[in-house]
Amino acid sequence: MTMHLELLKIDSLHKTFKKHKVTAVDNASFSIFKGEVLGLVGESGCGKSTLAKLILRLIDADKGSIFYKNKDLLKISNGDMRKARKDLQIIFQDPYASLDPSMRIGEVIEEVYSIHKNVSWHERKNKTIELLETVGLGESYLNRLPSELSGGERQRAGIARTLATDPEFIICDEPVSSLDISIQAQILNLLIELQKRKNLTYLFISHDLGIIASVCDRVIVMRSGKFVEEGQCEAIFINPKHDYTKELLTSSIGFLDKKPK
Amino acid sequence: MNKFILKRIMGLIFLLFGITVVTFIVIHIAPGKPTDLEAQFNPKVSMEARERISHLYGLDKPLAIQYIEWLKRVVRLDFGISFMDSRPVMQKILERIPITLTIELISIVLILLIGIPIGVISAVKEGSFYDKFMTVFVFIGFAAPTFWLSLILMDFIGVRWGLLPISGIKSLEFEKFGFLEKAIDISKHLVLPVLVSAFGGLAGISRYMRSSMLNVLKQDYIRTARAKGLTEKEVLYKHALKNALLPVVTILGLSVPGLIGGSVIFESIFSIPGMGRLFYESVMARDYPVIMGVLVIGAILTLLGNLLADISYAAVDPRIKLE
Repeated sequence: MTMHLELLKIDSLHKTFKKHKVTAVDNASFSIFKGEVLGLVGESGCGKSTLAKLILRLIDADKGSIFYKNKDLLKISNGDMRKARKDLQIIFQDPYASLDPSMRIGEVIEEVYSIHKNVSWHERKNKTIELLETVGLGESYLNRLPSELSGGERQRAGIARTLATDPEFIICDEPVSSLDISIQAQILNLLIELQKRKNLTYLFISHDLGIIASVCDRVIVMRSGKFVEEGQCEAIFINPKHDYTKELLTSSIGFLDKKPK
Repeated sequence: MNKFILKRIMGLIFLLFGITVVTFIVIHIAPGKPTDLEAQFNPKVSMEARERISHLYGLDKPLAIQYIEWLKRVVRLDFGISFMDSRPVMQKILERIPITLTIELISIVLILLIGIPIGVISAVKEGSFYDKFMTVFVFIGFAAPTFWLSLILMDFIGVRWGLLPISGIKSLEFEKFGFLEKAIDISKHLVLPVLVSAFGGLAGISRYMRSSMLNVLKQDYIRTARAKGLTEKEVLYKHALKNALLPVVTILGLSVPGLIGGSVIFESIFSIPGMGRLFYESVMARDYPVIMGVLVIGAILTLLGNLLADISYAAVDPRIKLE
């Protein structure tokens, strides 16, 4: 990592679901630096996705702060938050459920342009086609409905939708876990390529250590709402300090043998 | 699309044929005869006289023959002649249909205009006082018998407070009125019947709308819409409402039979000269040709309602392709 500009600073973020009496995120504090890929790993239900939604204010945090460009995202107005969404985006886990079934792919993307007005009206169609080509889909997908697409194609459309705001930070919330193994690698490669080309910053969430090892610079290990270990990817995989990290590593040793990095 | 509609219409014709067979049999085996009304309470009418009347109407022939004769006429759009006043059935129905359809149409529009917002707001404010209050309110409308509700409204609004007329669709001095006064007069007469007719239908649409909206609001793509940076209003009314309305469209087409059935009750109570009251009167008099005429028209309207539901469902939902 050559850059050390702090992009997001999260400070003692806390969320308890009162209905189920579960503390999903327990005093999480960490920083994300510009241009890095920060991995967030942990077993299912440990609060990874909740943390992602808290950062983007898709659910309300109990307390804590999220500093982005010297502003606390938890304190700004809803209108300012909507503007901030231009820079902070998320790719959801399930490409089947996360696209509006009644909207054509072109409309999904053009709607983003009409919200943030970052592309002038007459350029929208060309920009949309360009974006679809960037993610490996083409003009022919403009008028298709999500139901006419395969899982991999939908996730590509989801990525295109995310990129339409031209964000600088993207949360990838298990972006490949609901896809076939054969498609996973394609989507991962696309994400890595985009990150390098556009100098994006990712918070990459996964329960799969193999995937984390292949895409991330740094990694945070999470267990039932708490951070147990944090550090450079290599260091943690070679020399884990915490018992839980060791446990995770031994349970997924097969993946690590094929570590591509 | 056209091929699909043609296919469906062919199917509906067979269905309609089946409906006429069943209703014809049921109506004729029901106790009571058309001759009863004219002859039963008159001791001077002899057995022979009754048989003569029966023969005149063709009621002494076997049921199957009667049906075939009826069907032969109906395919030429001739529903026969009423036993009661010897006027053509078609003419009797045609002069009654506009008023019934007007009331049904206004009711449906009212149900949609009131029911959909009730359901949507209930879903958005799930569990709130508003939600609970509306749940109770629409179920009262659903559970209250039409005739009871009509009588209560007539008693309070019509009789005690004298706000609205309670019977018929025109005042006695109607002919003397100018155009505007005529319109106001008819509107006043229609208020209560339309209210009663719409109140009962509110529960269906609003509850359906509520559950449909709740279901959509839980979907991931609503979260996507928020992440895109849409305002909460745009999320609710653009993404959520559009998807939640689809199943409600079907319910609408399927609610036609309920409205036709309901018209029999409130038209009788409010003395509205519509198809419902014609049906009630003809059943009481065992006026078979009129009964069959009304039933066939009602069946056609119901089947058209179903067909319209299918077509409109496909029209609003791009995912559905009619083949």
